[in-house]
Amino acid sequence: MNFNATLIGQTIAFAVFVIFCMKFVWPFLLQAMEERETRIADGLAAAEKGQLALTEAEAKKSEMLEESKQQAAEIISQGQKRHDELVEAAKDDARTEKEKILVAAQAEIDQERTQTREQLRSEVATLALSAAEQILMREVDRNAHNDVLTKISAEL
Amino acid sequence: MASSEGLTSNEYMQHHLQNLVYGKLPVGYERADGHIVEQAEWTFAHSPKEAVDMGFWAFNVDTLGWSIFLGLIFSFVFWRVAKKASTGVPTGLTNFIELCVDFVNTNVKEIFHAKNEVIAPLSLTIFCWVVLMNTMDLVPVDWLPLLAQTISGDPHLYFKVVPTTDPNITFGMSIGIFMLIIYYSIKMKGLGGFLGELTLHPFSSNNLFVKIMFMPFNFLLEGVSLIAKPISLALRLFGNLYAGELIFLLIAMLGWYQLPLHFVWAVFHILIVLLQAFVFMMLTIVYLSMAHEHH
Repeated sequence: MNFNATLIGQTIAFAVFVIFCMKFVWPFLLQAMEERETRIADGLAAAEKGQLALTEAEAKKSEMLEESKQQAAEIISQGQKRHDELVEAAKDDARTEKEKILVAAQAEIDQERTQTREQLRSEVATLALSAAEQILMREVDRNAHNDVLTKISAEL
Repeated sequence: MASSEGLTSNEYMQHHLQNLVYGKLPVGYERADGHIVEQAEWTFAHSPKEAVDMGFWAFNVDTLGWSIFLGLIFSFVFWRVAKKASTGVPTGLTNFIELCVDFVNTNVKEIFHAKNEVIAPLSLTIFCWVVLMNTMDLVPVDWLPLLAQTISGDPHLYFKVVPTTDPNITFGMSIGIFMLIIYYSIKMKGLGGFLGELTLHPFSSNNLFVKIMFMPFNFLLEGVSLIAKPISLALRLFGNLYAGELIFLLIAMLGWYQLPLHFVWAVFHILIVLLQAFVFMMLTIVYLSMAHEHH
């Protein structure tokens, strides 16, 4: 324990280093650190905000999904209905058409039958006449018996 | 080590505990080698007795030099980092420096509530500087002295490396702090307030006469507690590091056994290195905080 002027030297050195630290080191370091702290805090707040927005969007998304699902189901059921209607209508049309065709065919058949009958009748009349002519073996005077012939024809 | 240099263990210890002192020797002084000083001269002391005889105006070149060197390292490193400090992501050294700054800043904020621009950088300087000075204790005790002896060409050169094992260094710092305590006490409370604090506590009375009667006792008590602050501050640091250094020296004399022992003690000493620097810083903050408080 031998005290000497080292004491003074050390005190001066101490003061110089402290002043240097105070002027050129501490303020810059602390300022940078505090600014970073604010930046980090801001970043965290923004992240939290983003998280919140994300949750909101998530909720909205599921809501929209639900809604669109419902709409889709509605559209599908409408389509189904429309499809059924179309099928029904087609069936109806087909049925009408069928009846129409049937009626037309029937008419055609009727007409043909009538025609055939007429033809047959006239042929039968002709045949009957010729038969009658042969039975009588003589010429029937068409002019004289015209009214009789017409009467028979009409009856046949 | 001791045997190779032809010293007894006692001489080895004493040699290691002697500072390299640069001072003035008066005319007619008989030096250690019997040589008589003819003209007053500034020179290095060649024996502990010469160092004492140089009186107050002498310098411990080794410890003061290391102390200033380490202070410069601290200042330079921190200044470099502070210059580059940015709000971006800190890396490597910046990270470490900011860790130190944050550590000191937290401690200061916890204890010290008044507004003061000096206290935080002061604490940072104390902590880092004292840590650096204490860390010199972890360098094997013979390395740097041997290096210095080789460079200077003087095999008996005294060379003490750890600044905090020199009471001049620790007292030099605590005196600086003591001046700050007095400065802030007077600044914050006025001279009257400061003197009142010294003389009106802890014994007080409503009777003016009794009050005056108590003054000397109060002054004695408060004065002692005021003076005790820098003394305890300096002696605590000095005592711990000096004891640690002594044990390193004792271990260094054990030959090959010193290797494991040195390691064990060095590991334990790391704790002391950091703890004593921390204690020095904390007490400084506490004392200055007390200087700012009104009673």
